[in-house]
Amino acid sequence: MLGFDALDLARFQFAFTVSFHIIFPAFSIGLASFLMATEALWLKTGNEIYHNIYRFWVRIFAVVFGLGVVSGVVMAYEFGTNWSGFAERAGDITGVLLTYEVLTAFFLEAGFLGIMLFGEKKVGRRLHFIATCMVAVGTLISATWILMSNSFMQTPSGYEVVGGRFEPANWLHIMFNPSFPYRLVHMVLAAFISVGFAVAGGGAYHLLRNREDPAARRMFSMAMWIIVVALPIQIIAGDAHGLNTLEHQPAKVAAMEGHWENGPSEEGMPLVLFGLPDKENERNRFEVAIPHASSVILTHTWDGQIQGLSDWPQEEWPDVALVFWSFRIMVGLGFLMLAIGLVSLFLRWKKTLYNQAWFHRIALIASPAGFIALLAGWVTTEGGRQPWVVYGLMRTDDAVSPLHASSVSASLIGFIVVYAIIFGIGTYYFLKLIKHEPTENMPAGGAGEDRQPKRPFSAADDSLEEQHKGA
Amino acid sequence: MGNDILPVVWFALIGLAIMMYIILDGFSLGIGILFPFVKEGKYRDIMMNTAAPVWDGNQTWMILGGAGLYGAFPLAYATILPAMYLPLILMLLALIFRGIAFEFRFKSNRSRKWFDFAFSGGAIVATFAQGVVLGGIIGGFQVENRQYAGNTFDWFSIFGLFTGIALLVGYALLGAAWLVVKTEGNLQKRFYRIVRPLTLLLILAMLIISIWTPLSNDRIADRWFNFPNIIGLSIVPILVVVLTLSIIRSIAKRHEKLIFIQVVGLFLLGLIGLVISFFPVLIPPDITIWDASSHRSSQIFLLVGYSILLPIVLAYTAYSYWIFRGKVREGEGYH
Repeated sequence: MLGFDALDLARFQFAFTVSFHIIFPAFSIGLASFLMATEALWLKTGNEIYHNIYRFWVRIFAVVFGLGVVSGVVMAYEFGTNWSGFAERAGDITGVLLTYEVLTAFFLEAGFLGIMLFGEKKVGRRLHFIATCMVAVGTLISATWILMSNSFMQTPSGYEVVGGRFEPANWLHIMFNPSFPYRLVHMVLAAFISVGFAVAGGGAYHLLRNREDPAARRMFSMAMWIIVVALPIQIIAGDAHGLNTLEHQPAKVAAMEGHWENGPSEEGMPLVLFGLPDKENERNRFEVAIPHASSVILTHTWDGQIQGLSDWPQEEWPDVALVFWSFRIMVGLGFLMLAIGLVSLFLRWKKTLYNQAWFHRIALIASPAGFIALLAGWVTTEGGRQPWVVYGLMRTDDAVSPLHASSVSASLIGFIVVYAIIFGIGTYYFLKLIKHEPTENMPAGGAGEDRQPKRPFSAADDSLEEQHKGA
Repeated sequence: MGNDILPVVWFALIGLAIMMYIILDGFSLGIGILFPFVKEGKYRDIMMNTAAPVWDGNQTWMILGGAGLYGAFPLAYATILPAMYLPLILMLLALIFRGIAFEFRFKSNRSRKWFDFAFSGGAIVATFAQGVVLGGIIGGFQVENRQYAGNTFDWFSIFGLFTGIALLVGYALLGAAWLVVKTEGNLQKRFYRIVRPLTLLLILAMLIISIWTPLSNDRIADRWFNFPNIIGLSIVPILVVVLTLSIIRSIAKRHEKLIFIQVVGLFLLGLIGLVISFFPVLIPPDITIWDASSHRSSQIFLLVGYSILLPIVLAYTAYSYWIFRGKVREGEGYH
């Protein structure tokens, strides 16, 4: 298709399906914790506003969780269909970690999601709160398994290569490999921030319609607190993660920074703010750079040296422009989001947080910002890992399935068409739920009933169409 | 290697997941396959409602089987999936369509006929694709250097098309038997009427497959027809005949639940027949469960999680079905 070979197409297909998928689990992780906090505040203060906010977002949580399950089914098979070389050689390790993620998700659905979504009238408040906490913790555990698997691919440890296959030698070293803790913290914070902006957007939408709406005010305020607290921590965590990457994957950092060559030893490395990476000539065109700044950030010294890409043969370089730009999108959005947080602090101090329609409009526009930054971050780390699937040990072109390009084209087109339809409907429905007044009763249901946790969609009963309310 | 018990345990666990999937999602897909034969909107609502509270959990077993295969038998996961690439992708896409149609059908009025079409079409395509995959695996494929070594369309065969159609019949039968249990009155009568012809069609399909496979595979012929195997193994076809006769009897006596259980029995016998034909081969023609196993510590580690989760999922499934027991009536159920 269009001159791409099976490898390019398989990579694009994976990027497409996993990018679609990751939004929903990230949303679930952040929203579950947000719901936990909201319910805790409700129980502690007895203020019904928190209860209303909980009921408003729990429906959206159900739909998001459902879309995550649907898109996740594809992921469970894609390693085998499209990456059989990887699945066969690394399945002893990654297959186990992936399966544990699946087990965790099912455990949640069977156990606590049902109580959380449908059990409010059946169990006491305390037990319901415990269920919410378990779901929140469960989403984090799910993320842990997947990030262990991904981190193993980035910074493998605890393995033995036997006959070309990765066999487990020490499970603790496999699971707690060098980049895992950094990636976990960075990802979980990213999920919190993304949901902070999504909730802020929902609150802003309702504030723009009715500035006095107490639930809208409270959720907007909570979301802004999340943003104000989580963003500075995220910047520090991101910096630490960058240093970890510099230690274990220096070529990735060279691409992120746009460093082609090692600098003269006494000058230190400049921080490239803007430039057009030119792989042919191994330089950045139209470069705008701050001298020494990269050394300061990455080595925390004035003249510290960082390896440039020329230290590696070209066939071990990632796609420099892709990594360079996705990294800048992530960081740029990060600082924009921080700015929004700081403005909210100022407005709060001036006691006009709920009265500034321009700020609510900005929050509404910024509501997908966290997710875009999260995706850009994943493009940076996954694109920067190339050309390796298991860093330094197994190349991506050895990992791909022995398929003909026409097969992969066919499946790619199928995925694009089906996802466009399915998630188009899903997003439309999601937006309908957001437009709802944030005060409604909780649905009731349970295992074996019409509304039940194995089909989270049943928690929301809005009609898909305008005017024609439920059948 | 050949005497290690762990791979056998994993073979049994994944077999259990597959069996659960075939029975549980089989009847929900069967409802979609039967949709074109029931035109009335109110009847279609009832049919959907007989699966609505349980269908999503049914798919759990497919993921449990697939992920388990990845962790416990990575070689099987890494060769079967690329070998069956196009039908498997088609199946996944069709299952997504079916699932989303299921959910949003209840949330729509004007667009309901589109969701009906997507639900039924998704079920038919997914079932046929599963049957093709089954036929493709039975037929075997080329593996070299632990990778699939065949071509794009090797999964395509007359036998595969036949198993695709056979599975459509089989799931339609499961669906009809399920609907007999869950419905009443005129609607139930319709399903009563089609259980017998569907049973006979399925038996015919099973018979053809049972003749076809030993004819095309000497090892399978040897296993079934060699003395003394033939004496012990002949119990399987005898049981199939007995079950068929008792299904026909149950239809006459209107033993609604018994019919469904007996149909499930037929499926079980079919699976047992496959296991007898192939065990310990996991990837036909000749890769065994021991060849395909992941590292011992991987299988043990994974077993810990399964041992905790499997009883929970089974108990939860049983509890859901118990809560959902009884007939589904018009106007009841999910809105």
